[in-house]
Amino acid sequence: MGRLAWYARVFLIFLRNSLVRDMTFRANFIIDTISSMSWVFMNLGFYILIFEYTDRIGTVADWDPGWGRDQFFLFLATTLLINSLIRGLFLSNAVEFSEQIRTGTLDFALLKPIDTQFLISLGRIEWSAIGPFSCGVALMAYSLFQVHYVPGPMQAALFLFYLFCGVAIYYSLMIAMAATAVWLGRNKTLLDFWFYITNFSRYPMEIYKGPWGNPLRWAFTFFVPVLIAVNVPARLLVRPLDPENPEDWLLLPFAVFATLGSLAVSRWIFNRSLLSYRSASS
Amino acid sequence: MLFRLATGWTVLKISFEERLIYRGDFALGTLMRFLPIVTQIFLWRAVFYGADRPEGQIAGYTCDTIIGYYLLTMISRAFSSMPGLASGIARDIRDGTVKKFLIQPIDMVSFLLINRVAHKLVYYLVAVGPFALVFYLFRDFFPGWPDGFTMLAYLASLVMAFLLGFFLEATLGMIGFWFLEVSSLFFVYMLFSFFFSGHMFPIDLLPDKLEFLVRLMPLHYLAYFPAAVFLGRISGPDLIQGLWIQFAWVVFFLVASRTAFHFGVRRYSGFGG
Repeated sequence: MGRLAWYARVFLIFLRNSLVRDMTFRANFIIDTISSMSWVFMNLGFYILIFEYTDRIGTVADWDPGWGRDQFFLFLATTLLINSLIRGLFLSNAVEFSEQIRTGTLDFALLKPIDTQFLISLGRIEWSAIGPFSCGVALMAYSLFQVHYVPGPMQAALFLFYLFCGVAIYYSLMIAMAATAVWLGRNKTLLDFWFYITNFSRYPMEIYKGPWGNPLRWAFTFFVPVLIAVNVPARLLVRPLDPENPEDWLLLPFAVFATLGSLAVSRWIFNRSLLSYRSASS
Repeated sequence: MLFRLATGWTVLKISFEERLIYRGDFALGTLMRFLPIVTQIFLWRAVFYGADRPEGQIAGYTCDTIIGYYLLTMISRAFSSMPGLASGIARDIRDGTVKKFLIQPIDMVSFLLINRVAHKLVYYLVAVGPFALVFYLFRDFFPGWPDGFTMLAYLASLVMAFLLGFFLEATLGMIGFWFLEVSSLFFVYMLFSFFFSGHMFPIDLLPDKLEFLVRLMPLHYLAYFPAAVFLGRISGPDLIQGLWIQFAWVVFFLVASRTAFHFGVRRYSGFGG
């Protein structure tokens, strides 16, 4: 427990230092926040446009209401929350990690008396991600109001738990890909690959159907579980758990399993990469 | 004149070889750029099915042609996108590298244009494989080859999309002569360009008033226009008129970039060695 509290204290110091750094260049911080928010608004505009032409997407059968506009906006809000947490906490660190491997400055991180993955993953926090995060919260509040639904405490707790699982799955994929820079020298393309893969999880998993869609859905659920990341928490908000539906009960424990599995695999890849690291400097 | 041509040819050759070094990474990157198209295919399928018209039309597009449209905008963007051009010019102005163009007998805009041509040639050389593969796999999404005249018009619109993209971004980059930090301005441009060039969705899906405004801007000539020409959505007098307007925008930004450079270097001051 003492060690956990110590790590929590270090994390708070990271938070504080990054805030001080962001506030030193205040204008840059404001511009960063506004630009990331405008990106959110542009995306929102696109989906508003789409729902001008249809009233639902992702229906599996005629009786299935699928995802209506407000239900999809709840999904979008969940995506925004997960993405902004990833961007704020880990993205610049993962990019920096690849660079540290390439330039040899990882030596300094290895010398510190702290878990290297913890230091590498959270050293620099991007406070400007608070912009899209608040957009996510606002969109969620608006959509819940539109569907006249107030989640109970149990549902809210489950939502937060699975939101955390989603963040952990995304993070695992990102840090594992960044770590491959040890073997590849440079991996800008691989980090792009992370964006392209997580692009699949921006939509409800039901839209992937048919001879091409089904294998894709299976691959991104069971092999690289990115579809789980947003779909499970969003689903918990859109409709209450149905005890009759086996999928509801299977997906929830599977999401926990997928999260733990992703974290374990990424930790293994990270440690393996450190063993292969040969310091480019000195 | 001959000297200029020889210089241009040398620059082109050097840039060409320079860019072929990372061809493997380049080809892989090109293939991966098609991945978001896969999600677009499923999204639009879901939209058409959700609207209960899997065989019907939305704003004149069938489910197949809208996917064909997205694939065609990838070709438009392969011509018109200029990664790093505006920011590179602004950076050269800020860190003083631009002064080499003031003392060497070479014109900056022409040098950058030749450089970009080399970059694009290498890109097409490497990307032709991934593009051919993807277009072959998705061949059913296209209504067929257009007639000879439309094909010619399509090629002309692509070449002009390249020139428009180049001169537009070069003009933006020249703003660096007046303002030290322009990265946020570029971000706004990138955002607008993504949304209103037709890259994100066909602009005819927009509500009428907004569509009218977007059509007044040059951005849709970068992605939407060539794709719409290929799909036969713009034809006859509209096609001719569209090509002339695209040409006029190219000339406008050519003059604008040259004028900005002309006045910019008069403001420019370099210090140190």
